[in-house]
Amino acid sequence: MSEAMTDNDVQNDTAADIAADGDTTRMNMIQAINSALDVMMARDPDVIVMGEDVGYFGGVFRATAGLQAKFGKTRVFDTPITECGIIGVAVGMGAYGLRPVPEIQFADYIYPALDQLVSEAARLRYRSAGEFTSPITVRSPFGGGIFGGQTHSQSPEGIFTHVSGVKTVIPSTPYDAKGLLIAAIEDNDPVIFFEPKRIYNGPFDGYWDRPSQNWSKHPAGEVPTGYYRVDLGKAKVVRPGEALTILAYGTMVHVCTAVVAEAGVDAEIIDLRTLVPLDIETIEASVRKTGRCMIVHEATRTSGFGAELSALVQERCFYHLEAPIERVTGFDTPYPHSLEWAYFPGPVRIGEALKKIMKDA
Amino acid sequence: MADPTRANLPRLSLHVPEPKFRPGDAVDFVGVEVPPAGSAPRPDTAASPRDFTELAYTMVRVLDEDNRAVGPWDPRLSADTLRRILRHMALLRAFDERMFRAQRQGKTSFYMKATGEEAVSVAAAHALDYEDMCFPSYRQQGLLIARDWSLVDMMNQIYSNKGDRLQGKQLPIMYSAKEAGFFSISGNLTTQYPQAVGWAMASAAKGDTRISAVWCGEGSTAEGDFHSALTFATVYRAPVIMNIVNNQWAISSFSGFAGAEATTFAARAVGYGIAGLRVDGNDALAVYAATQWAAERARTNQGPTLIEHFTYRAEGHSTSDDPTQYRSAGEPTAWPLGDPIRRLKDHLIALGEWDEERHAAQDRELAEQVKAAQKEAEKNGILGHGLHQPLDTLFDGVFEEMPWHLREQQAQMMAEEAASGRPWDRK
Repeated sequence: MSEAMTDNDVQNDTAADIAADGDTTRMNMIQAINSALDVMMARDPDVIVMGEDVGYFGGVFRATAGLQAKFGKTRVFDTPITECGIIGVAVGMGAYGLRPVPEIQFADYIYPALDQLVSEAARLRYRSAGEFTSPITVRSPFGGGIFGGQTHSQSPEGIFTHVSGVKTVIPSTPYDAKGLLIAAIEDNDPVIFFEPKRIYNGPFDGYWDRPSQNWSKHPAGEVPTGYYRVDLGKAKVVRPGEALTILAYGTMVHVCTAVVAEAGVDAEIIDLRTLVPLDIETIEASVRKTGRCMIVHEATRTSGFGAELSALVQERCFYHLEAPIERVTGFDTPYPHSLEWAYFPGPVRIGEALKKIMKDA
Repeated sequence: MADPTRANLPRLSLHVPEPKFRPGDAVDFVGVEVPPAGSAPRPDTAASPRDFTELAYTMVRVLDEDNRAVGPWDPRLSADTLRRILRHMALLRAFDERMFRAQRQGKTSFYMKATGEEAVSVAAAHALDYEDMCFPSYRQQGLLIARDWSLVDMMNQIYSNKGDRLQGKQLPIMYSAKEAGFFSISGNLTTQYPQAVGWAMASAAKGDTRISAVWCGEGSTAEGDFHSALTFATVYRAPVIMNIVNNQWAISSFSGFAGAEATTFAARAVGYGIAGLRVDGNDALAVYAATQWAAERARTNQGPTLIEHFTYRAEGHSTSDDPTQYRSAGEPTAWPLGDPIRRLKDHLIALGEWDEERHAAQDRELAEQVKAAQKEAEKNGILGHGLHQPLDTLFDGVFEEMPWHLREQQAQMMAEEAASGRPWDRK
């Protein structure tokens, strides 16, 4: 991996700096994911891509477009509509020695695969004392904000962070999506790679009634065309600040950024990027500095990953806290269709929490 | 409650299956249809599955009532091969006897015998290549025995002792032996079915020559994984042999709760366009022949085969249940397809290649072999007598590299141990 450019080399760099290190180009998140798959399939003949509609058609979100034409049908193929089968087959292929990257078309459809993920992929290394492993990366678009209703909007990351033996990764930019996906594919353990579909095309700021932006103007939309990694388990400080710490991932990173800018609060915003294993050092250092912590996720509240984050911050930073930890989340209801924006933890909900946590500052 | 305006319509009734015999009942298996040995046709391995669907409903049998091998499925094995299969089946039975008793003696927590089903795994292993990959369920220890895997190694696993290659991480008998082409057994049922199909697809995608084989019980054909696997197998013509061990009982639930009252399990293949065979699972020659035929299909890109092995679980599901509580004690001896070891032995005797004295001597020899292996394995310890694995290995293998939260929990556990003062083994 001599040509590997690690994330640390380029963290917080501008587009111009990245260009100086190698060819870069403008990509949205779909193109970045497609590029990661392309790069890894070219580098490693054991990488295969499978899933519903991923072959000839190139995926319902176009994430696998062109891959079958380039790499052939035995490496990029459509599958029957059985998520249990897709993951079970991927586990078997992994046992053979391949490095499968199955796609579950929507995270809302991952539940039939749960037994294969929890009892098989996540447990194989442990139960066989390392004889067999599951080096598979399960890609799946997740999250709402696209009027997908309850079956195309869910954020089930908390189900997987609760499972021992599986890693959970959620990118928030095209640059991170490509680098993290490459790192996930190279990882020898199973990785759940949730792609926030609301920000496939642009960094959604939470204002659904304003014109949408696209990645072409965002610095993280400038992506190296070749191979690079963003290591798993490392969070990123996307906005340094002193007044409070905001922990977020995926779409909510951009919503928080917009809300903070509007409120004029000097918040430190941390994009977790990997939920398990979590970058606890970056979180601890930030909360010790700011004394306040707000946790934001789109998923339902009860037993969500925010509860784990809240507990960790309380356990490790209690004597530095100057206000109760705030959790801003989706409500404990199914994801609604017409009332989507009432459910979504948007600028109003985050703004109110921000006022509350900063009240005595 | 019934709506009075619909009083002229017949009342619906729910059918809940009930086995023919319960404890105390006299057993009469006349309802079990046993076609004559040699009566099933043997299609060319290149034939289309739709041209021989009747094989999913009849029964491939080779050994007849006079202990002769008859018909087109006779694999025409040498006497040496027959004796090797017989020896492995007898060794499996001796192993099971000894380990069952070890559990009863408190030396381990759990055991599962394959009594009456020895042909299903042993004869199949002989018909496969050693390099072919097996995805067993929990009652195919005969695959390891037939591949001459170390009995001591198996016992170490059963005892979760110092020699256990799985470091005491798995329930007894959930072996894993990659070197022997034996996939890690899961306690979750039929999860290995799509995995075996995936392994076979990978082998085909890579232009390899190895095939895979997988086993599940008739009860667990009800799992969604089974049907997902069959769909994948037929869609990609995966080089896989899918075995259903129909031993009539899933703990206390008879095969009717998996659909046996309506059709055969081999018939599941028909709807998928997969080659389906129903085989006398207590006839080692029929199991061998069916496996060999299916393997040839797989190796020549003719696709998957589903084989139902019609057999009988002669003992309890595991050491944790008492079969006399839910089925008639007369069933095992009344089973119309007999005992697989006795039938192969009688065949060899009929051929003039074996005799009762040699068989009895072999049984004594195998019992000694198992006893010696047990003595060897117990030098590494038995379950419950101290902790055999270094305590900190509890956290090994969750991930390739241990993340901080597991390191913290590991340190906590080590601190608890230090505080407890218990004399546990350390790394």
